[in-house]
Amino acid sequence: MSRALQSIGRSAIGWLLPALLLVGWEIASRAGVISANVLPAPSAVGAAFWKLLLSGELLENIRISTLRALSGFAVGGAIGFGLGLANGLSALSRGLTDTTIQMIRNIPHLALIPLVILWFGIDEEAKLFLVALGVFFPIYINTLLGIQGVDPQLVEMGRIYGMSRSQLFVRVILPGALPSIFVGLRYALGIMWLTLIVAETISASSGLGYMAMQAREFLLIDVVVLSILIYALLGKLADTLARYLERLCLQWHPAFQNA
Amino acid sequence: MTAATITARQSFTETTARATVTAQERKIAFSFRNVTKRFGDKTVLQGVDLDVHDGQFVAVIGKSGCGKSTLLRLLAGLDKPTSGELVHADETKDQKRTRIMFQEPRLLPWARVGANVDVGLTGIAKGVEVRKKSLDILAEVGLADRSEEWPSVLSGGQRQRVALARALVGHPSILALDEPLGALDALTRIEMQQLLERIWLSKKFTAVLVTHDVAEAVALADRVVVIDSGRIALDLPIPVERPRRHASPELAFFERQILDQLYKQKTP
Ligand SMILES: Nc1ncnc2c1ncn2[C@@H]1O[C@H](COP(=O)(O)OP(=O)(O)O)[C@@H](O)[C@H]1O
Ligand SMILES: [Mg+2]
Repeated sequence: MSRALQSIGRSAIGWLLPALLLVGWEIASRAGVISANVLPAPSAVGAAFWKLLLSGELLENIRISTLRALSGFAVGGAIGFGLGLANGLSALSRGLTDTTIQMIRNIPHLALIPLVILWFGIDEEAKLFLVALGVFFPIYINTLLGIQGVDPQLVEMGRIYGMSRSQLFVRVILPGALPSIFVGLRYALGIMWLTLIVAETISASSGLGYMAMQAREFLLIDVVVLSILIYALLGKLADTLARYLERLCLQWHPAFQNA
Repeated sequence: MTAATITARQSFTETTARATVTAQERKIAFSFRNVTKRFGDKTVLQGVDLDVHDGQFVAVIGKSGCGKSTLLRLLAGLDKPTSGELVHADETKDQKRTRIMFQEPRLLPWARVGANVDVGLTGIAKGVEVRKKSLDILAEVGLADRSEEWPSVLSGGQRQRVALARALVGHPSILALDEPLGALDALTRIEMQQLLERIWLSKKFTAVLVTHDVAEAVALADRVVVIDSGRIALDLPIPVERPRRHASPELAFFERQILDQLYKQKTP
């Protein structure tokens, strides 16, 4: 009982500072220390949230942005994971593709935006392409590193006990690579939102980034701040889900056992 | 009668029974015939000849880097001899039935203790039978109630016992042990030696134990083989009744002979 309370207390303490900041911000706005056309009061942002929620505009934009993020993630993540596995398991595949991938990696994917607009216009493909490209590298590299880092002594043990190639993969190699794959996953989720924000801000006719840019044109600063906050919340949500999944899959890991 | 005396009597009768059987049949478990192993131009083993009888407990001793691990890896089929051959009594069956245990337990950190033991039944048993056999063997190494734990919460000695259970669960005919107790503290080590001896007496497999501890070798083995410069320098039977007492004068006599061989002193 007191233990449960203690753990609630411990997670609550992290929210103390943000709450204080929020209160301070509201007070400063009302006192006129922060001008409303620099940063609107939290209550004004709250009002904008309520209005957009009622009109359905907000949920629709969140839906569109989330869909874009997830589909780009699925495509880039799947390719990155597949190539990471292939290159981790086969020296031939690695020899064939790794150098090329490492070369492409040196191009910041956001630098491709002008080119991508020329190719796809401002259609969905443009966003999908950019997000997929951004997500691909962290997943690819961490899957590859994870597989290369699997303890060769364990692999040898699996062979001694007569595991087939697929048994060896499922029981030894994949679980061994999983901690590293999760690092890649969480990093990729961050990149996913970042890429989407930039892409939607520059070229879109719907979605959260578009909503923010529209609001900027009409000087609706409360909506601009609201979009930024929602981006932050979505990012946090994705990271929390990934952490939860990580905790679930890596129960065996000493790092997750005392929590 | 105390429990200790009962066990003592049991292993005594078993030992005498075993001695008669070995004397009558003397079936060979495996033979190294003129085996040479080179890595590049470095010769590690040179013309090794070694016959080991079924059910015998052989200890292999030698200075670090003399090729003990190489010998075991050849025995377990993890490496092939450069020349010469390794003959198993029953080629197809025994090659599979050789298990090797290392200084590191090599447990899968992401599998619970029971599931780690299950690995030892890969290709041997399936389904519910696997779990039953695993639990049985875990009980034999004294870890019956730990099968649902993660390996990371066990002590070094317990992990090594899980590794032993995994090696034994498939009933190997040969168990090769590469300094399995080398990383344990002195007390745990003696406990593990007793466990190993007890299990060997009851399961009757052929044991080949590589160790750098001469006292351990003479306490456990029927026969001690000393390797030096890639050759067998000494092949010494230890005809001492079991159960043996650590550091008894009888064992000390054999220990002396082995140490003299290792450090090249003449016995007066
Ligand atoms: N795979 C290998 N490649 C090259 N040299 C090896 C290999 N394995 C062992 N050796 C060499 O063979 C010698 C004997 O090694 P090992 O059998 O491990 O000795 P130990 O008696 O200490 O177990 C060492 O000098 C070692 O460097
Ligand atoms: Mg060695």
